[in-house]
Amino acid sequence: MEYFVQQLINGLTLGSIYGLIAIGYTMVFGIIGMVNFAHGDVFMLSTFIALILLMVLLPIVGTGAAAIVLALIIVLALAMLLTGLWNWAIERIAYRPLRGSFRLAPLISAIGMSIFLSNFVQVVQGPTNKSIVSLVDGGLCLAGTTSAAKYCLFPTKAGFGVTLAYKQIIIMTITALLLAAFWYLVQKTPLGRAQRACEQDSKMARLLGIDVDRTISITFVMGAALAAVAGVMYLLQYGIISFSDGFVPGVKAFTAAVLGGIGSLPGAVLGGLIIGLIESLWSAYFSIDYKDVAAFSILAVTLIFLPSGIMGRPEVEKV
Amino acid sequence: MTSIDHLVTTGRGQTKFVEGKLGTAVREGVKFAALMFCLSIPILLLRIDSDIDHKPFLQLRWTWPLLAAAIGFLVRFGGLALASTGTKISSKINWHIPPSLSRYFATAGLVFLVLYPLLMLALVGRAGSIKWIDNFGIQVMIYVMLGWGLNIVVGLAGLLDLGYVAFYAVGAYSYALLSTVVIPLYVPWLSPWAFWVCLPMAGLLAGVWGILLGLPVLRLRGDYLAIVTLAFGEIIRLVLINWTDVTKGYAGISGIPRPSFFGLPFTAADNGFAARFGLEFTPLHRTIFLFYVILALALLTNWVSMRLRRLPVGRAWEALREDEIACRSLGINTTNTKLTAFAIGASFAGMAGSFFAARQNFISPESFTFNESAVILAAVVLGGMGSQLGVAIAAFAMVGGTEILRELDWLKAIFGNNFDPTQYRMLIFGFGMVALMIWKPRGLIGTREPSLFIAEKKSISGDLVKEGHG
Repeated sequence: MEYFVQQLINGLTLGSIYGLIAIGYTMVFGIIGMVNFAHGDVFMLSTFIALILLMVLLPIVGTGAAAIVLALIIVLALAMLLTGLWNWAIERIAYRPLRGSFRLAPLISAIGMSIFLSNFVQVVQGPTNKSIVSLVDGGLCLAGTTSAAKYCLFPTKAGFGVTLAYKQIIIMTITALLLAAFWYLVQKTPLGRAQRACEQDSKMARLLGIDVDRTISITFVMGAALAAVAGVMYLLQYGIISFSDGFVPGVKAFTAAVLGGIGSLPGAVLGGLIIGLIESLWSAYFSIDYKDVAAFSILAVTLIFLPSGIMGRPEVEKV
Repeated sequence: MTSIDHLVTTGRGQTKFVEGKLGTAVREGVKFAALMFCLSIPILLLRIDSDIDHKPFLQLRWTWPLLAAAIGFLVRFGGLALASTGTKISSKINWHIPPSLSRYFATAGLVFLVLYPLLMLALVGRAGSIKWIDNFGIQVMIYVMLGWGLNIVVGLAGLLDLGYVAFYAVGAYSYALLSTVVIPLYVPWLSPWAFWVCLPMAGLLAGVWGILLGLPVLRLRGDYLAIVTLAFGEIIRLVLINWTDVTKGYAGISGIPRPSFFGLPFTAADNGFAARFGLEFTPLHRTIFLFYVILALALLTNWVSMRLRRLPVGRAWEALREDEIACRSLGINTTNTKLTAFAIGASFAGMAGSFFAARQNFISPESFTFNESAVILAAVVLGGMGSQLGVAIAAFAMVGGTEILRELDWLKAIFGNNFDPTQYRMLIFGFGMVALMIWKPRGLIGTREPSLFIAEKKSISGDLVKEGHG
């Protein structure tokens, strides 16, 4: 039981990260109907940007708890900004000229961009793994022997303990907060209304005076900003990054987006949580070697049997 | 296109540049340079390095962001200045190759390929030519064959397959396992002929896998199909990595028998190829032979797909690519039609894979990553979907071009000894893919000959070839 709860917590943390990346996929797919293949690599780029910023900031702010929180907030804001700028430039250079071209063109361009980004980071930052010391240690003891922690919610005599690490609390809280903020942005503001209008019918939206290109640019920036949040969280949770870390989280996040119903924001998060849970439970109870196989199989099975996802609208093909 | 479509695509967001104004070019250039500078701020300025104790530290590099900004300025300013003088590298010019010239070109290319090993021998001598025939010639021809095979799936049937490398892997592992485990154990007398027996079997097995994987996924539309095939490709690679009992995982399978000259091994022994024909033994014989084998296999792929195009099934493929709904209403069994394309494409990949395993003598899952699929797909799309010649040229340019990067050691003299051109291989490749897509979205050769015509042949512009929604 304790083991299961612990895996549940780990899975939800991982799922929050996937959910944040998945929003970038789902928003871009919703608005221009394109699988943004480079999104996983944008996420990878953001982890590098965040690590560099952290390494610059940490010696300046010191080592106190408040200082680390301050550094994290600054890094989060700067990484969101810089990654957003990167994705804005990528959209401008690699995708916008291909709008109105045949359907595979942006996908091919995005594949090229994905290869470019991962190799760019490899060339400028070196091929070795980069790591950082754990920033936030400790956690709340939910169950376990009282000797290991000072206080436990459900003290037990012996056996496997359950810990909710502080960094996991941070990750889930920030994910929830930012999701609420973006949800508000998309549902309640004129910008979000423009985005949803473009999603439904970009031609009509343009005729009604919406700047479609600008809206699409903002969508890319928003997607990248959320990927950067995921990047910072990933760095916080695992503390080790590599130039090749974009592909697999990218595909898993895409799986999450498809599973939740592509185009739907809450669906992406739900899908992310499901994928995170399945991955951590699969590694715990079946085989850690085959955890990626499990994720890819879910992708295939979902696309084949449930192509509109859990919360998506079924697509009607018009002749 | 309706007039609204036109308005939409050329409305805002195109360059707001007034022609003939150098000042605007400078301004745009500065803007672009500023963007490049901002983008490069953390990632280029600071490099994460670790010292001897594995303690990470940041290394400051002042010049890199400035260099990025300078390149950005030059590219943007240069492009706009060129445009203002009226010189324009137009993407509208379709490299229209008339059928007669195309045939002439293809013949010339074929003659060149047949003479290529001899030409290399004459040019760089025995020692140097192994590298040029093996690393360059054979490598390029493998990708040409894979490109032509994938062209059946993507170019003719309009099914975007991002996991094509899976069938290549199936072929390679089939040959590796058959020739190292099955044949020595059960039919040892067959081992001199191992390659020739296993080649069709690998093709067959890959074709069966194509059907197995294709059956559930082929009712998906365009990009979903692409993602599912990508997932299948990755699953196969991960299984190859983790199923260590059979595939030996990352360690790979080594000691795979090399192809024989129809039963005669390429060894210095008395029953070897050299002794039998009274030649002096040299490993060059095998390299040259391998080159002709892959050339023949590639030409077989080309010939089969050209013939299939004229058969009812080939016409059904092309019709399917243009309009799936129309096809269905005309009574074409779309699933079977797609499956044949998928299976035939897969079996050619399987044969290429078995050749690859035989040539390498060693295979591991490392050779079958998604990057390989991307390279093959890029050859098909950038070459112009459906155009056999275009695919060959694109494969030649991309694989050959990146192989040539390995030869650029002289650049070390300019950039210092730490400069390693090979690490820029995939970087340039990715950039080239994006650039070529923007410049010519329809591929290098955007026209192709119709398979079916009334009265006279007319070339079809690539712009008319719609991507099928299948």
